[in-house]
Amino acid sequence: MLNIGKIEEGFVLDHIKAGKSLQIYHHLGLDKMDSTVAIIRNAKSSKMGKKDILKVECDINMLDLDVLAFIDHNITVNVIKDGEIIAKKELQLPKEIKNIIYCKNPRCITSIEQGLPHIFVLADEEKEIYRCKYCEEKYSEIKELK
Amino acid sequence: MRHLMSPLDFTVDELEELFKLANDIEANHEKYSEKCHGKKLATCFYEPSTRTRLSFESAMINLGGSVIGFSDANSSSAAKGESVSDTIRVISCFADICAMRHPKEGAPMVAASKSSIPVINAGDGGHQHPTQTLTDLLTIRSLRGNIKDFTIGLCGDLKFGRTVHSLINALMRYPGIKFIFISPPELKVPDYITSALEEKGIEYKEVISLDEVMSELDFLYMTRVQRERFFNEEDYVRLKDFYILNKDKMAIAKDDMLVLHPLPRVNEISVDVDDDPRAAYFKQVQYGVYVRMALILTLLELV
Repeated sequence: MLNIGKIEEGFVLDHIKAGKSLQIYHHLGLDKMDSTVAIIRNAKSSKMGKKDILKVECDINMLDLDVLAFIDHNITVNVIKDGEIIAKKELQLPKEIKNIIYCKNPRCITSIEQGLPHIFVLADEEKEIYRCKYCEEKYSEIKELK
Repeated sequence: MRHLMSPLDFTVDELEELFKLANDIEANHEKYSEKCHGKKLATCFYEPSTRTRLSFESAMINLGGSVIGFSDANSSSAAKGESVSDTIRVISCFADICAMRHPKEGAPMVAASKSSIPVINAGDGGHQHPTQTLTDLLTIRSLRGNIKDFTIGLCGDLKFGRTVHSLINALMRYPGIKFIFISPPELKVPDYITSALEEKGIEYKEVISLDEVMSELDFLYMTRVQRERFFNEEDYVRLKDFYILNKDKMAIAKDDMLVLHPLPRVNEISVDVDDDPRAAYFKQVQYGVYVRMALILTLLELV
């Protein structure tokens, strides 16, 4: 069993689908921060069989967690302060996501307009359907984003 | 400041106000002939669409305003690579309101986000063409007196026709409307539309033959079936006559049924139907001007 020490302040992202932790690492911008990060892959899980875990030592106001819900809203977010879990956050699908996924419709204005952010809007919460804000093209590969 | 990107941008009540205004314009031309004096409409057409552009220009001129603009991308700075965001910022300095047609879907929305004048989507690729839908609704309302409790048949290419999708979405908000979709199997209305109808408990049916349902209809909305949409020539030859409206088909329709068409018509309505009092597609063009006049007045807050 691998042991990783406690963190004083930050997040523990638990129940990440096995293999997805690096993707989340990049989408949260952790590669650009100098925080201490532990990436645990393929940990044993009674619920999931295998799971990934991310431990991030940082100011708890620093991370934008909206993107997490978009990738996988089953992730458990434990907020740590003074070495203790002070909150468990429920993730909700963000109403809007910016520059996380890109519109692939060649007829969409995003294909030619310089500097235009790619914005997707939550069109159907139940079915987890996002549509491009501009052309309304459905984004159907939510779990396959790069 | 408001823009018009989709027909659903306006609530049913707001549309009712718009249509009342359009009907008042129809009845009292003179009252509105100077309402836009000193105002300028910019028609920014990145792809040719003579009919829509002239309808907008006619609307503004009828209101006493003037018109500037371009009618294809090659004669605008877009040919030099200018972005839509930059173009609209510039146009905002020249005009009071802008009607934009663009081949890229969502371009008018980008323009609206950077504009200091109201922007009207005059068609963006295969996405939206809201003023056509407003035209259709005004025609129905004016010729019938209201928008409720009728059966509308939509015939032809129901898979790719954006005017059809947009009209169905708009009509779903009114009570007692029954839809009959008449198309070859290859060109059926998309699933997301039939699912939406089912969710809302709205009655609809899908048929292949127009003759079969002709006598049930209060409105028949015709669209063109293009040869290139078929997978094989045999099917096209077999089915194309199903979708050509002629005197024989009109003979089995109700006496007060009305025929609509977004135009241009090619051969899907025989010219011998044009003289039938139930042919409303040229009146529809006139209503298109009235609804654009009402829209310009509303967005310029000159009502």
